[in-house]
Amino acid sequence: MRRLVLERRMETPWALTLASPLLAVGLTLVSAVLVFLAMGRDPLEALFVYFVMPVSDLWGLQEVAVKATPLVLIAVGLALCYRSNNWNIGAEGQFLMGAMAGGWLAVATHGMGAGAWVLPAMLAMGALGGALFALIPALLKTRFGANEILTSLMLVYVAELLLDWLVRGPWRDPQGFNMPQTVVFAPEATIPLLMEGGRLNLGTPIMLLVVVLVALMVARTLKGFEITLVGEAPRAARFAGFDAKRLTWTVFAIAGGLAGLAGVLEAAGTVRMLQPGLSPGYGFTAIIVAFLGRLNPVGCLVAGVFLAITFIGGENAQIMMQMPLDVTRVFQGLLLFYVLGCDTLLLYRVRWVRRAEA
Amino acid sequence: MTLFEAILLTVITASTPLLIAAIGELVVERSGVLNLGVEGMMIMGAAVGIAAAITTGSSAFGVLAAVLAGMAMAALFALLTLGLATNQVAAGLALAIFGLGLSGVVGAPFVGVQREGIGQVAIPYLSDIPFLGPVLFAQDPFVYAAFALVAGVSWFLFRTRAGLVLRACGENHASAHALGHHVLRVRFLAVLFGGACAGLAGAYLSLVYTPFWTSGMTAGRGWIALAIVVFASWLPWRAAVGAYLFGGATILQLHAQSAGVPLPTQLLAAMPYLITILVLVLIMRLRRGGVAGPQSLGQPFVPDR
Repeated sequence: MRRLVLERRMETPWALTLASPLLAVGLTLVSAVLVFLAMGRDPLEALFVYFVMPVSDLWGLQEVAVKATPLVLIAVGLALCYRSNNWNIGAEGQFLMGAMAGGWLAVATHGMGAGAWVLPAMLAMGALGGALFALIPALLKTRFGANEILTSLMLVYVAELLLDWLVRGPWRDPQGFNMPQTVVFAPEATIPLLMEGGRLNLGTPIMLLVVVLVALMVARTLKGFEITLVGEAPRAARFAGFDAKRLTWTVFAIAGGLAGLAGVLEAAGTVRMLQPGLSPGYGFTAIIVAFLGRLNPVGCLVAGVFLAITFIGGENAQIMMQMPLDVTRVFQGLLLFYVLGCDTLLLYRVRWVRRAEA
Repeated sequence: MTLFEAILLTVITASTPLLIAAIGELVVERSGVLNLGVEGMMIMGAAVGIAAAITTGSSAFGVLAAVLAGMAMAALFALLTLGLATNQVAAGLALAIFGLGLSGVVGAPFVGVQREGIGQVAIPYLSDIPFLGPVLFAQDPFVYAAFALVAGVSWFLFRTRAGLVLRACGENHASAHALGHHVLRVRFLAVLFGGACAGLAGAYLSLVYTPFWTSGMTAGRGWIALAIVVFASWLPWRAAVGAYLFGGATILQLHAQSAGVPLPTQLLAAMPYLITILVLVLIMRLRRGGVAGPQSLGQPFVPDR
């Protein structure tokens, strides 16, 4: 009789830190094959549609960038939260709140021929709206000790319902045949496209800039050190004089701000209006991106591109192979399982031992 | 039947899934494990339950399949958090996302299929008592099961030796281990029990409450069940109070909508979520410095030999 035993490692081999997410992706692909076989589909064709087709032409690559932009923006902020043990899982709500805050300006100035100031103001308001909304669970956590996992998640439903009310009520397009949506944003309230014949817009370079800034902050500044220390050694952080409560506010504000920015970029760039279902679950998928990226900003960028591919692959598979969209979420959930499981290899040495030894 | 009785009946049906799921999670958390994937286990129970019930034509088989589906999901969670000592918060989130996706795939062929819900079972004589009878003793079997669960779990946790061991694992896993208890085994059984309860709660939704399948039909009830456990300070009878409070809020909101209260329906629909937040805040204020839950809650345990 043998059994599995975990032994804590003294040191993590650096090669494993890189190999573990790759192993997780590999295991997900193997599982995907099994899922396709179970559904009676040709696994090779399905794998091609899911993971190769989205990156096989320029248009597809642009779409990947368009989808990766919100995912990475949100994930980079969430990574800061999770590094410091603040479990913000309400990024979906902060994303929608940012879209609403920025979108309000687009709706309010519509048809007034406002100047070029509208767009930057919208982005600022989006980030602010997301940040303020994220500060609610932060406040409830630091002031009352209310569990931030539950409060931030409950606020997602509240944000969804608020958006639903706005686009069916006060902000509905009067000429929209009663459809639940706002007016199509005017050109001055729309993010400029980068290329003809695609949807790639200025949001993607903004996202890349954010990744660089946050990566520098984590690696080079005291604040970055504080975030990591509070998460890994809360006692040591207290002795060092770091204020965990203030840090909770900071990381929630940054994460909410970035999610809000992603929201307004999505509304003003890709969708160009507000409507229910603005987000296909970016806020939740970004949680997976953050973990797959090992809570590291650059890692989040790579992971975000990968998950963007599964999003588009899922849409392709739905159209071409009549596969339910939920299959994508199954893969995303599996991927997170594998990422977490593989991370155990970093912290522990896994050994089979005889029962008698144990 | 008076209107008041009718409202009370709907409150009971709205509260029952919350109560069943919360009781399961309460046991899990008492053993020191935080399983945030209740939503995922619950919706898998709902999908598998109705799929099995339609395929076999038997509601009883549907319920059984739902319970097994919840336990299978829980076993997956246990493999990660107990077997591989991963972060429980992240693994719970993964379970929720995975369950929402997989349930959509499982339920897809059954969208729009209507079936007869599981009916009420009137308890002879008791159900003839005026007022109390129809409200308490002419319910569907799940309502009785929920109260049996509350009483059973309460007895188990505080009146049996096994319950004491389970609580010890949750309060201080190192000490429980030193005393020779199998912490991981106890936690594994607790997690499985939680999965069974979540699956049962899911079956209630798809076989009784709204007897058809829609994607995402749990609508956050799994998360509310988690909030109820905190509200209840990890005590079974208080979980029943919490579940009824939330069930009552849901029903009140529905009645207000149909009565034409001049408020946006979205605001009314947001009430259960806002109330959850409010209750979490109030309970922490009231408890200031008091019970903070099982001491080892959420911490992975790796036995050193």
